[in-house]
Amino acid sequence: MSANHDDHHDAPDGHGRALRLGIGGPVGSGKTALTAALCRSLGPSLRLGVVTNDIYTTEDADFLRRAGVIDPDRILAVQTGCCPHTAIRDDIAANIDAVETLEERFGPLDLVIVESGGDNLTATFSRGLADRQIFVLDVSGGDKVPRKGGPGVTSADLLVVNKTDLAPMVGADLTVMSRDAAAVREGKPVLFTSIREDKGAHSVAEWVSGLVESWRHQHSHSHLS
Amino acid sequence: MDVTATEAPALTGAASGMPPTTDLTGQPGPADLTGLTGLSGLLLLADSRLPAGGHAHSGGAEEACRTGAISGPEDLARFLRGRLATAGRVAAALAWSACAAAHVPKFPDTEVPDIRAADSGDPTSTGPAGAADAADKWRLLDAEADARIASPAQRLASRTQGRLLVRTAKRIWPSRALEELARDVPDGAHHPIALGVAARAAGCTPAQAAMAAAYTSVTGAATAAVRLLGLDPVTVHRVLADLPYDSVIAEQHDWSALPAHAAPALDLLAEQHLRTEVRLFVS
Ligand SMILES: Nc1nc2c(ncn2[C@@H]2O[C@H](COP(=O)(O)OP(=O)(O)O)[C@@H](O)[C@H]2O)c(=O)[nH]1
Ligand SMILES: [Mg+2]
Repeated sequence: MSANHDDHHDAPDGHGRALRLGIGGPVGSGKTALTAALCRSLGPSLRLGVVTNDIYTTEDADFLRRAGVIDPDRILAVQTGCCPHTAIRDDIAANIDAVETLEERFGPLDLVIVESGGDNLTATFSRGLADRQIFVLDVSGGDKVPRKGGPGVTSADLLVVNKTDLAPMVGADLTVMSRDAAAVREGKPVLFTSIREDKGAHSVAEWVSGLVESWRHQHSHSHLS
Repeated sequence: MDVTATEAPALTGAASGMPPTTDLTGQPGPADLTGLTGLSGLLLLADSRLPAGGHAHSGGAEEACRTGAISGPEDLARFLRGRLATAGRVAAALAWSACAAAHVPKFPDTEVPDIRAADSGDPTSTGPAGAADAADKWRLLDAEADARIASPAQRLASRTQGRLLVRTAKRIWPSRALEELARDVPDGAHHPIALGVAARAAGCTPAQAAMAAAYTSVTGAATAAVRLLGLDPVTVHRVLADLPYDSVIAEQHDWSALPAHAAPALDLLAEQHLRTEVRLFVS
C-alpha cells in the first residue's frame, strides 16, 4: 500500500514545486492556530506560503496577517461558496490557482499550507491539491471522536489532537483518545498538542520538517541550491 | 477509439474556421449521422460538478439575497430571467464567437494553422478582418468582452472563472486552442471566451458553446439561492426548466456587432458584494 502511495506522490508535476500540506478538521479545533504555529516554528528555515479557505469573510487570513508570523502577502484567502469541503475535494480549482499564484509570486517555496474552511469528519483533501494532510481534532469535542473515525481521522497522514489543556475541564480521557486513534489509524502518527501552551506546536513542526526534507530529497533535481 | 474518424473532419474544420462536423447554424453536418456530435462535451462543460471553480460564484445572487431582492422562488425566477436576457445573452454570443474562432487540432499535431489564410479565405469567418495573428485574435475578442462588462467586480469574477476554466479544460481536453488562449490572455480570458474555446476543444459546436454559456449564466445563481435561502431545490429546478435559453442564442459573424445588453442592477450587486464583509461566495 505504501509503495503505491509513494508512487502517487512521485507524479511528475511534483517536481520543482513546494510540498502542499492540507490542514483539515472541524471548525474551531485549532487549524488556524496550528497554521500560525507552523509559520512561527518553520518560518525561519523554510520558504512558506499559506492559503486559507474561510467560510465567511477573511477571518483566518486576517488573523494570520495580524499574528505577524509570515509576510502578509504570502497569505491568500479563497472563498468557498457555502461548501468548504467542495473547495478542497471536489472542485479544487480556486485553491490550486491560489497555490500556483503564491509559487509564481514568491517561488521557489518549500512549503505551502492550505487550511480548509473547516467541516465535518468526512472532509478530506483531494490528492490533486494536497500532497500530505493533517487532520486537527480538539479534546472538547469529546474523547469518542477518534473512535467514530471518518476519512479525516482514519486516513490523514497525521492526526493532531489539540487543546489538551482543556482535557480536565471537559472530562476527556487522553489515553482513550490515543488508544482509539491508534486502532483506527493502523499505525499512522497521532500527536497531542496544546497550542495555547506551545505556541510553536513543536512536535507537529518537527513532523512537517521531516516531510519537507524527504519531499526535497525525492524531487532533488529541482533544488540545485 | 477510432482516432481517424474524429480527427479527419476536425482538421478540415480548422482550415475553414468551421466547427468539425457542424455548420454555424448548429445543423448536423454530413459526418454526424446520430445527432450526438459534441453532446458529451456539452454535458461535461455545463455540469456544475466540472472542477473549474464555478461553485463559489453566485452571479450576484448572494448580494441579492442579502439585500432582500431575492427572498423566494418568484423573485429568483425574475432575477434569473433578467440575468439570462442580459449577461446570459452576451455570454452566449461571446462563447459562440470564441468556439467558432478556435482552431481545433488536438495534440499531437504537425502544423499550426495559418489563421490569416483561414480568415481571409472564408467569407463566414468570425475572426476580425485583417487580424495580424492568433494572439491578436484572442486579445481582440477578450477586449470585446471587457467592453461589455461595466462593473470592475464582474470583470474580475469573469476573468477569474475564465482562468480557472482554461487551467482545468487544458488538462481534460488538451488542445492547441486552449494553449493559445492561455498564452495570449495570461491573466485569464473572460469566462465566456474560455468556455467557447473549451467547448471547441471538447468537440462542441458554436451553438452548443452558446447553450453552455446561457445555461451556466443562471445555474450558479440558482444554486446559490438554494443554499442561502433554503429554497426547495425542486421548485428552483422548475424555474430553471422554464427559462427561455434558446431565445438568447443567436449565430454570430461580426465581433463588432456582438450584443451588449447591460444589467445595471447586476453591476451594482456585484460592486456591493465585493464591499460586503460577510460573504460566502466570490461573486
Ligand atoms: N484552550 C485552547 N484553545 C485553543 C488551542 N488552540 C486553539 N485554541 C483556540 O480555539 C479557538 C479556535 O481556534 P482556530 O485556530 O481559529 O480554529 P479553526 O477553526 O480550526 O481554525 C481560538 O479561540 C483559539 O485561540 C489550545 O491548544 N487550547
Ligand atoms: Mg480557521
